[in-house]
Amino acid sequence: MIWIYLLILIALSAAAFIGGRELARRRAIGAKPHSRPGQHGAYALIWVAAPALLVLILMSVFSAPLERQLTAAATPDAVAALEPFRRDAFFADAHRVGQGEPALQIWERPLAELLPVEARRMVSIERTLKWGGGIAAILAAILGGLFAFTQIKPQTRARNRVEGWVYGALFVCSAIAVLTTLGIIASLAFDSLRFFQKVPVFEFLFGTQWSPQIAIRADQVGSTGAFGAVPLFAGTLLIMLIAMCVAAPIGLLSAIYLSEYASRGSRAVIKPLLEILAGVPTVVYGFFAALTVGPILRVFFNEIGLFLIGGPLDGLGHYLALVQNQMALTAGAVMGIMLIPFVSSLSDDILNAVPQSLRDGSFAMGATKSETVKRVLLPAALPGIAGALLLAVSRAIGETMIVTMAAGLAANLTFNPLDTVTTVTVQIVTLLTGDQEFNSAKTLSAFGLGLTLFLATLVLNIVAHRIVQTYREQYD
Amino acid sequence: MTDATPDQIDGAAAKGRLERLRAGLKRRHAKEARFKWAGRLAIAAAMIFLAVLLVRIVEQGHTAFYAHTVTLPVYMDPARIDRAYPQGSNFEQLAAEQQLSRWGIADDAAGRASSEMKGLFSSEMKFVAAELVAKRPEVIGETVPLAAPLSDDADLYLKGEISKETPEDQRRLTDRQIAWLDRMQAERLVGSHFNTALFTNGDSTQPELAGVLGAVVGSALMLMVTALIAIPLGVGAAIWLEEFAPKNRLTDIIEININNLAAVPSIVYGLLGLALFINWMHLPRASPIVGGLVLALMALPTLVIATRSALKAVPPSIREAALAMGASKTQTVFSHVLPLAMPGVMTGAIISMAHALGETAPLLLIGMVSFVPGVPHAIDQPVGALPSLIYIWENASERAFHERTAAAIIVLLVFMIIMNAAAIILRRRFERRW
Repeated sequence: MIWIYLLILIALSAAAFIGGRELARRRAIGAKPHSRPGQHGAYALIWVAAPALLVLILMSVFSAPLERQLTAAATPDAVAALEPFRRDAFFADAHRVGQGEPALQIWERPLAELLPVEARRMVSIERTLKWGGGIAAILAAILGGLFAFTQIKPQTRARNRVEGWVYGALFVCSAIAVLTTLGIIASLAFDSLRFFQKVPVFEFLFGTQWSPQIAIRADQVGSTGAFGAVPLFAGTLLIMLIAMCVAAPIGLLSAIYLSEYASRGSRAVIKPLLEILAGVPTVVYGFFAALTVGPILRVFFNEIGLFLIGGPLDGLGHYLALVQNQMALTAGAVMGIMLIPFVSSLSDDILNAVPQSLRDGSFAMGATKSETVKRVLLPAALPGIAGALLLAVSRAIGETMIVTMAAGLAANLTFNPLDTVTTVTVQIVTLLTGDQEFNSAKTLSAFGLGLTLFLATLVLNIVAHRIVQTYREQYD
Repeated sequence: MTDATPDQIDGAAAKGRLERLRAGLKRRHAKEARFKWAGRLAIAAAMIFLAVLLVRIVEQGHTAFYAHTVTLPVYMDPARIDRAYPQGSNFEQLAAEQQLSRWGIADDAAGRASSEMKGLFSSEMKFVAAELVAKRPEVIGETVPLAAPLSDDADLYLKGEISKETPEDQRRLTDRQIAWLDRMQAERLVGSHFNTALFTNGDSTQPELAGVLGAVVGSALMLMVTALIAIPLGVGAAIWLEEFAPKNRLTDIIEININNLAAVPSIVYGLLGLALFINWMHLPRASPIVGGLVLALMALPTLVIATRSALKAVPPSIREAALAMGASKTQTVFSHVLPLAMPGVMTGAIISMAHALGETAPLLLIGMVSFVPGVPHAIDQPVGALPSLIYIWENASERAFHERTAAAIIVLLVFMIIMNAAAIILRRRFERRW
């Protein structure tokens, strides 16, 4: 349906453009026009398209809630008397009947007769809204077009007006970015608030028990669930630290080699390869972690364990022999691999921004390349590199797929890299991929975790950008 | 150094000093070499990781590109086929029993032998046979060859991934089934061929019938929505910020905002999509429209940043020349600056779309973890996407899904390589250095 409206709208706009241009051409005869005919045409086009698009957008946003309102307004008493979820089911079935599909349930006496009546009513409401919206849009287009045509005079500053519209449209595009941020904050804050009404903030931030199971029956053991997120924060931190232990030295050293030692030719080969590593989707890293790195590490530690059993380190041996695939080390190591190109390319940029005069000065004093790097370049680039590492940390704590596929679900409060731990992102995915009930603390806790994650990464990013910026200004 | 004649008395001391300096220099050069090697090792490590990653995926996935088919002659017993409703007849049982009797193997009362035989081929056989009977009812009473894929486990055995050496209770095929498979192969009843099902089928609960087409179409629909929303908005925002925006508080806020949005974890966009588009606006769950909107919001900041740097690369002299000729600001930007920046803009757009194609986490939150059979065709129906299919298959318990997961990854990587290559070619061909 919406496609037909859009087609009509495109046709009307084209007509407005051609008509406006022609009209401007005719009216300009003998006068000295301010704008060219095409600009008058564009002006008419905008006045046709903009109001109609506004109506269509409003219609698509508000038609669903309006339809519900209208349906609910004239509900028969027999239906109104039903429990809310039964009423929803009834309307869902009425909708299905209206579409010509069979009802999902068998309804008893008064409802069974009401069903086709309600179905017809729903269909008519839907149809009215659809047609009404469409006609309103076309009407708006025609009215806008008529207004624009009255404005076509030689002295009208059509070009300036069109440019004003363009400026406005471009500004709206930029404002979307701010709206996105507001949307993120609003959606996270709204559901988090509902969560924190059920679970106190203090308990969430400092509790050490995480088991978000909400009982199906009231008398079930542990029916309240425990929402202490400290084990998740600890798990996230542990995996992040392991990842940084892999990514920071390898990324930094390769950046130094690339910017200071590598020849043009080898740079031309290595950089694209690192870009490939950066472009691999995280779900692929997750697969790699779960089916390659995990088993390799497990076999490695199990073999060591078997070797140690019976010796002086018998206890350790028994522990190592039972290490599982889903240890923190697996996810951390693979996440580190993922971050290598990120750290490397950021550090590369920062090292390249250090002025050549510093290098030349150091070489002139007789320093070797490595001494120059260690004593001159790194101190000069230190704030920038710290910023780059902070950005990598923020990537690591927000990374989802690797940990979801390769880390476990058990919320252990431990810093042992061979244990299974769980992270904030894993829990968000687990909580929101099953059945969702938007009034239980279990589902809402995902939004509490999301808000925490968002704020943590936001702070890290702002600090990192600040550091990088201040540092850059020194040399610019 | 300026002293041409070394002092005779200090000769020994100077010699000692020289020795010390030489030793120090040697140490320093050794350090230099070590440092250089550390850098080389770091790069080698990164390259090895990349190589292992790619090799492992190809190693695990290449077997999914071929599959085995079994072709059995089946006597279409009129007594056991319902002419009116051929779908209801048990063709698999028929084929299994006849194969057993051809080999002279007696079935026991519980039908264990025939059910083991049935376990060797896919349930697809039933649909193939039913379709044949529905189309040509005259085959009833004749013996016709029926072809169907082998079941996933039998296929894995022929690919060498289930070993005869494993004890019988630890593998999914019995000794008898393995013996039969060997015999079928010896009698040339089984043939291997390119696995077209992988590319022409949607998802299925049976690995031998599961394919990526549904997910590829789902991803394509989603990416179409993303591109239609994100590219105009992103380019528009970048133009405003780079060319029009006055330098004030509001512009600064927008700029900082965009930089921060670029680093927001993707899963947060998933939460936004769930709360805003699904719970508040009641758009259909797991549909390309919701997925596309979420990915568009996610791709927007990177797109803005890429477009801005492309616009920045256009030298100011172009703008000044246009303005000097009497063009308005808008005319300058749209007729001169933007066309010159277009290669950079397109490159940025393609790369951010490739990135959106591989993004998984937000898709899981908006419901793309559920099983969607078939091939989607509408943007408001639930679909699967390529990355979420990889996630679903990786979690599946059947072993045959593992090789298919790797195959799906290969398909995803091929798409990403094509997109990135397109971006590189575009950059090479049209980029202008000023």
